[in-house]
Amino acid sequence: MSKIRFVKKEDLAGFLAYLRQRDITVLAPVEKPSASKSAIVFAPWEKGMPVLLAKATVSPKNAVLPECEALFTFRQTREENNGEMDFSENINGKPTVVFGCRPCDARGFAAFDKPFLSGIYPDPYYKAKRDGLTVISLTCNSGCETCFCHWVGGGPTSPIGSDVLMTEIEEGFVLQVMTPRGQTLMNATSHYDGTDRFGKVDALRKAAWTSLVPAPNIMDAPAKLAEAFNDIEFWHEMTDRCLSCGACTYFCPTCYCFNITDEGEAQSKKGGRRLRSWDNCMSSLYTREASGHNPRTRKAQRMRNRVSHKFWTFPENWGTFLCSGCGRCITNCPVCLDIREIVVAAINRKSAQ
Amino acid sequence: MPVLKDKELRIVGFLCNWCSYGGADTAGVARATQPTDLRIIRVPCTGRVDPLFVLKALFGGADGVLVSGCHPRDCHYSVGNYYARRRLEVIKRFLPILGIDDRRFEYTWVSASEGQRWQEVVTDFTARIHKLGQAPRLADASPMLKIAELALSSLHALGSNLSAPLDELKAAIKAKLPDLECVIGWQKGYDGAHAVPLFMKTPEDVDKLIWGPLNVMNPAVYLPDFKGRKIGIVVKGCDSRSVVELLQEKLINREDVTIFSLPCEGTLDMGRVNEKLGRYTKIDKVNFDEASVYITADGKEHRFCITEYAQGKCYGCVTPGAVLADVVFGKPVPVSPGKFTPPELAMLDSMSLEERMGFWKAQMDRCIRCYACRNACPMCVCRDYCISDSRNPHWLDQEATPENKLFFQTIHAVHLAGRCTGCGECQRACPVGIPILALRQHIARTVSELFDEYKSGMNQNAVPPLLTYATEEKNIHERDL
Repeated sequence: MSKIRFVKKEDLAGFLAYLRQRDITVLAPVEKPSASKSAIVFAPWEKGMPVLLAKATVSPKNAVLPECEALFTFRQTREENNGEMDFSENINGKPTVVFGCRPCDARGFAAFDKPFLSGIYPDPYYKAKRDGLTVISLTCNSGCETCFCHWVGGGPTSPIGSDVLMTEIEEGFVLQVMTPRGQTLMNATSHYDGTDRFGKVDALRKAAWTSLVPAPNIMDAPAKLAEAFNDIEFWHEMTDRCLSCGACTYFCPTCYCFNITDEGEAQSKKGGRRLRSWDNCMSSLYTREASGHNPRTRKAQRMRNRVSHKFWTFPENWGTFLCSGCGRCITNCPVCLDIREIVVAAINRKSAQ
Repeated sequence: MPVLKDKELRIVGFLCNWCSYGGADTAGVARATQPTDLRIIRVPCTGRVDPLFVLKALFGGADGVLVSGCHPRDCHYSVGNYYARRRLEVIKRFLPILGIDDRRFEYTWVSASEGQRWQEVVTDFTARIHKLGQAPRLADASPMLKIAELALSSLHALGSNLSAPLDELKAAIKAKLPDLECVIGWQKGYDGAHAVPLFMKTPEDVDKLIWGPLNVMNPAVYLPDFKGRKIGIVVKGCDSRSVVELLQEKLINREDVTIFSLPCEGTLDMGRVNEKLGRYTKIDKVNFDEASVYITADGKEHRFCITEYAQGKCYGCVTPGAVLADVVFGKPVPVSPGKFTPPELAMLDSMSLEERMGFWKAQMDRCIRCYACRNACPMCVCRDYCISDSRNPHWLDQEATPENKLFFQTIHAVHLAGRCTGCGECQRACPVGIPILALRQHIARTVSELFDEYKSGMNQNAVPPLLTYATEEKNIHERDL
């Protein structure tokens, strides 16, 4: 079976409908219109909906790390079970396709895999969803003012994290299988061989790279951020306009911090639920201790954590930046705080002595 | 207690310990027959009834809510019910904008000796709720996405205000800078089409200051953090109202703050600007003429006429100049006051209750609780101690439901009642474009109707209406129950 397929423009909806027919959940960009700022979110796609290819406002991380998920429910049936607790675990991994995300989004999944799947305790909730997930990304044809994927080891056509890499050409889309998982998905379809069109794809992909503004070398970032850690004045200056909201982290395809809470009553009809929901290091609760003490009371300390985790400690532990350069933290920030500026400033910072 | 199926509805009653709770007791002792739908919660005073109790009950599945306390002039704590009367009237008028029938909520006065009256109140209110039937739930509403028509007429001329004497302002700031820790203003952001807040500490910083329709953020949000320190701030008219409101509530000291201002002719709705610019690699140049901003991205010029691309709030703006300032330059922008209903509020006004509930359900669906709305709000001064983060009391849970998300918006709106100056930062900050400002605008309109056209942030010596009371309310009338 060919690794390169061609789908005509008008057949794309049919392709998604076919996936739906096979009971695969398709998460695709869906527009939520608004008078001022329409949002594009990844939402379940159904037959009849338009196929949207614009870069989404939010990242597709919901597919593996939902905004909120019940890990298990607990119920106490006093009479029947002598007050024992019933637990029902909620590990589910329905076959899902994320369609039409960008290479930066796909890279988020690859980044999550490191902390969630490595070591002796892989996260079962994450693993179930990840195992059922196939990622079909659309390569970008050009750079963008707020995008910086090529700063952090990615690029507009980077295959990292994608199972199928899709490129738009004049007459349709060329789908290139990148992984066995992508191959399995595409084997089930009967789309034409696209090998003869790959020349066009290659040219477009090269053009996308040449359209980029050259990136500065930020390989020094881990060492420089380590040096800057105690220079709190530097961090105050970098974050003076930060509002300490959670937009940067919640829109980030690579931020994965979560909170765990119990909601509901064990003896109620619905039962109690142990929930895992997104958390963010910009929030006071993120570090507030049971005693009430909070070691990070200032936005400078919080942003320092965010930048340091992405460009220093995560690379130190896992060998890659925890940033895919999608630029959503810049465009969605109410005050356009620019993480690139902070990283570059840290690299250029003169040591105190 | 489980509800008797098909016979009872869920009605929650908040009764003042000193009057109505006693009244209910009197009715009970007198063996007065009463419907059994009401679940009574005893409170020390109606003044203790946080309007959010009412909303929480309704969001949580109550079919009706009744608050009852001592008659005015008869409060055990002298004035608790006077405060309550204002808050409860505001909340009653707020409910319909969420799609909740305001007949489902009532407040009234029953003294401890009025057993008979209590019987009547409970009977009548229960009958009313039964007539209305079970309350529609947000979860069952059919989602409806609807977009407001943006108004294109404004109360003052909109433009890019090229003639604003920025250089004079810069010189004045430089002169004052030695006495101030910093002065907050705006500078060019990640590209020429986006402005960001600027904290000026040196004369070189002052040179970065810009003025014009790109200055969308409200710098007043930073002021409370500087309380007790000498600071300067550059404001547009709308921002100045936030500063005044902060002064009204003593959240900042007048002597600490030096206010600089130039007249404003409107700011751009960056949501729509970004949408039109689309994906671009580089902003080549940004030019202005009297009426428009011209942004050239990747060689393509886009024209943004301010009358067409202003933020929704700018069309109804009556304070293009600062309400309060120490240093002002430039010619004031004339305003022709008239009636103005913000476009999104007008759209909600035209909807049925059912449609409004569906509208909010569809809108809140995409909220991801980043709380940019809260943190960008200059009046949200609780900062790290917001009750939405609290586990005890447990106002919100972590479940990602439209109920939780909309309830947060009601917390914000209710906490801003009589305080919100309509700067619109909540909505502007929302990365997914949820028109949440309409909720605040609705409350502001209600407050203005109830309290003599009161507008927050206009007079630093005025007491916000919900922080005070009147023994005789001009516009709040007893309702028959």
